[in-house]
Amino acid sequence: MTRAIVEDGPVPRLPWHIKLRFDKQRDRWVVLAPERVLVPDETALEIPKRCDGENSVDAIVGALAEAYAAPAVKIREDVSALLQDLADKGFIQL
Amino acid sequence: MTAPANIGIDPPLAILLELTHRCPLRCPYCSNPLELERRGAELDTATWRRVLEEAAELGILQVHFSGGEPTVRHDLEALVEHAAGLDLYSNLITAGVLLDEARVARLVEAGLDHVQLSIQDSDAVNADHIGGFAGGFTRKIQAAHWIRAAGLPLTVNAPVHRSNLAHLEDIIALAVELGAERLEVAHVQYYGWGLRNRAALMPTRDQLDRATEVVEAARARLKGVMVFDYVVPDYYAQRPKSCMGGWARQFLNVTPSGRVLPCHAAETISDLDFERVTECGLAEIWRDSPAFNRFRGTGWMPEPCRSCDRREIDWGGCRCQALAITGDAANTDPACGLSPHHSEILTLAEEESAREAPEFDYRRMANPAVVEA
Repeated sequence: MTRAIVEDGPVPRLPWHIKLRFDKQRDRWVVLAPERVLVPDETALEIPKRCDGENSVDAIVGALAEAYAAPAVKIREDVSALLQDLADKGFIQL
Repeated sequence: MTAPANIGIDPPLAILLELTHRCPLRCPYCSNPLELERRGAELDTATWRRVLEEAAELGILQVHFSGGEPTVRHDLEALVEHAAGLDLYSNLITAGVLLDEARVARLVEAGLDHVQLSIQDSDAVNADHIGGFAGGFTRKIQAAHWIRAAGLPLTVNAPVHRSNLAHLEDIIALAVELGAERLEVAHVQYYGWGLRNRAALMPTRDQLDRATEVVEAARARLKGVMVFDYVVPDYYAQRPKSCMGGWARQFLNVTPSGRVLPCHAAETISDLDFERVTECGLAEIWRDSPAFNRFRGTGWMPEPCRSCDRREIDWGGCRCQALAITGDAANTDPACGLSPHHSEILTLAEEESAREAPEFDYRRMANPAVVEA
């Protein structure tokens, strides 16, 4: 096995055992993973929501640049770093 | 923030169900209590199903099916399926020795999300010696292959101590080879059986430092391949662990007979009474149990915890350890360098680890009983 690098895989997705769910009790989104629960803030939540196996990294960057009216270069930097971190922790597949 | 009354208590995140205390292994650091509960006392399927329903209603997100060895229960698949139907994220904590390929397939079918498999050592002979079960290692390796072949994500849990730390590099390599996505390298904790066997388990400071180096190097080397969780031993610590993320803050544990605890070792605090799921609802226990409220928040804390700026980081450490070492569960955890008992715990560790290790006093029922698989 080798480490997956964001540039190598253009279409990130959540593996089947990583579950993005709306937690009604706490009125917020959570990511359920083996022996841990992530509680992403509103901005960080944009990433797992868009990792659906259809959006490429390019498409995610484009959509977020538009949504946040920010330069794509800056968004790409942030998104790549976040995706790489999530991939290293096993929360997304590339 | 303190929770003196039942106001402002957040719902728990996770519940651990000890479906049984029966287990073919006899690990001398088992987290089950010294007084193991018998098969006849175990909750029936219908009651466990109700516990799962109450857990989901209470806001619990994750359920850990544990034991003992949970696969001795023939209703495990039914319970996993019920949990999945309630949108609870399910984890099976198993020794793996009773699994076969068909059982793994049935668990996948039932909706199991994840498996945590324990490994006693990378060396088969020593692994079987530690677990007290001949042939266990080989069966575990086979089980890991079935688990991965079925597409289930795998965490390997490796409890480490003085008699297997020398093999830590090989244990890490084994976890990679088995396809684990996570490895817990957990220095054994000294409660119950572990406390009874402390002298046989306690590493020296050198062994601990070496283990930490090995884990840190492997964590960097295996970044993106396998995630490490590293649990350090309290006795050599300067600050206590945030035990259970704080007493009755995030987690609850149900024993085979249905007693509800804030942690698996809580029954060692003998002046606390713990309710059973057969007597009270889970939500009521979580909110109102005097035992849960006894050490909840920060209001119960003595000095030096009360005025410590870490009081909401480590929550005073571990109540069971405070009791085991100082005789009073309401004391600061002696793992903390600020505890007046800190030098005692360090001296114990240094002295015991320097002596020749005694034989294991293996986990067992009070009277010999046959394990019924």
